[in-house]
Amino acid sequence: MKRGISYTQAFLTLLQRDLKIAIRHRGDIFNPLLFFVLVVTLFPLGIGPEPQVLSRVAPGIIWVAALLASMLSLERLFKADFNDGSLEQMLLSPQPLPILVLSKVLAHWILTGVPLILVAPLLAVLLHLESNSYTALILTLTVGTPVLSLLGAIGVALTVGLRKGGVLLSLLILPLYIPVLIFATSAIDAAGLNLPYTGQLAIIGAMLVGSLIMAPFAIGASLRVSTN
Amino acid sequence: MWKWLHSYADPERAYKLASTLLPWFAFSAILLISVGTIWGMLFAPMDYQQGESFRIIYIHVPSASMSMAAYMAMASASFVGIVWQIKTADWVAASIAPIGAVITFIALLTGAAWGKPMWGTWWVWDARLTSELVLLFLYLGVISLYASFEDKVLAARAAGILAIVGVINIPIIKYSVDWWSSLHQPATIKITEKSAMPMEMLAPLLINIVGFGLMIGAITLVRYKAEILARNGMRPWVRELAKAEASK
Repeated sequence: MKRGISYTQAFLTLLQRDLKIAIRHRGDIFNPLLFFVLVVTLFPLGIGPEPQVLSRVAPGIIWVAALLASMLSLERLFKADFNDGSLEQMLLSPQPLPILVLSKVLAHWILTGVPLILVAPLLAVLLHLESNSYTALILTLTVGTPVLSLLGAIGVALTVGLRKGGVLLSLLILPLYIPVLIFATSAIDAAGLNLPYTGQLAIIGAMLVGSLIMAPFAIGASLRVSTN
Repeated sequence: MWKWLHSYADPERAYKLASTLLPWFAFSAILLISVGTIWGMLFAPMDYQQGESFRIIYIHVPSASMSMAAYMAMASASFVGIVWQIKTADWVAASIAPIGAVITFIALLTGAAWGKPMWGTWWVWDARLTSELVLLFLYLGVISLYASFEDKVLAARAAGILAIVGVINIPIIKYSVDWWSSLHQPATIKITEKSAMPMEMLAPLLINIVGFGLMIGAITLVRYKAEILARNGMRPWVRELAKAEASK
């Protein structure tokens, strides 16, 4: 069967398309980011402004806010394409679905994960994070947020056809996020105590590699179910 | 070699098989659980460290290990349903999910009741407990995903994918006590080596584990029969069955 264009071309074309669409709807990039900042600012108001308390809970707050922001933005990953029918065209195209899906997830990560990583150090300052934890914070977010996008995309793909998918989505993907959260915060805590944290980072890296290989197939299969 | 298995993709034959198996599962489950529980509660020797309160092990360990076994059974059934497109396998997965959720909840509840006198606290955020809690959430996710699709063929497919993805949690639960230093004690029953428990205590526990497995099997069969009837309400054989039932 003739495929027309190569895998790489297909991947890049879709990536470009998604980035272009997102840049034309800037709200989609900024809203999750604003949400992330707002959630983090709520905590000092809620638990009190004492620096010792805040620096103790900072890794957890930043990571939990990152999880929620990632989940919130994921909801729209396939929605627009599903509504206007371009998702079905992607399923019908001769290109392998996992490659197209991976490209969409990568676009999503560039648009929501990367800004989040860039803002995180600023929020860490506001929360009085231990000064030697910054590298660990950035590293765990860099390795961890793609895992969130990949795992989350499975849940989104399963619920994209449902009218009230939003609440269900959190039930589906938050349990899958728990391991990332545990290892990321424990790495940041270890860094704060000047202990080595390469072990935790390596485990998150293993999760990234594993989900990078497996998740696109699961997402593809789920999309086929949802668009049936 | 597996050809004989294919005939059970027919709902009517699957229903009849479930009906034949049900009494065997039910009676042996009642027998084993009553023997195991009475033996464990009244006659097994008392633990020298934990006193009488160790006896909750006879409920806690069977429900905990069966919560994982039920998940694996559900995921395998989903796998069969998705790969070979066998609807009867999808229904098996759908029937196991709520039972698995309840048995996981029982494991957590009895664990909390055991933790209070032994550790001095109902709950600790430790690897074994947290991963078992995640198992409960996975069951609930599968149940609500199955419930939220109108079309039950699609529902089973979607819930099946989620169940298969969630299998990753099972080895984490199993080995959490070895990988992390945990308040929860490491495994006492080992298949390959000698168990760390004397025989008088171990025997009722093993009986109860098998009994719980059979009980889950029996309840699954009841739910499975109902699921088959619900999905095949318009078929002539179901109508025959209903007529026969009504004329009784």
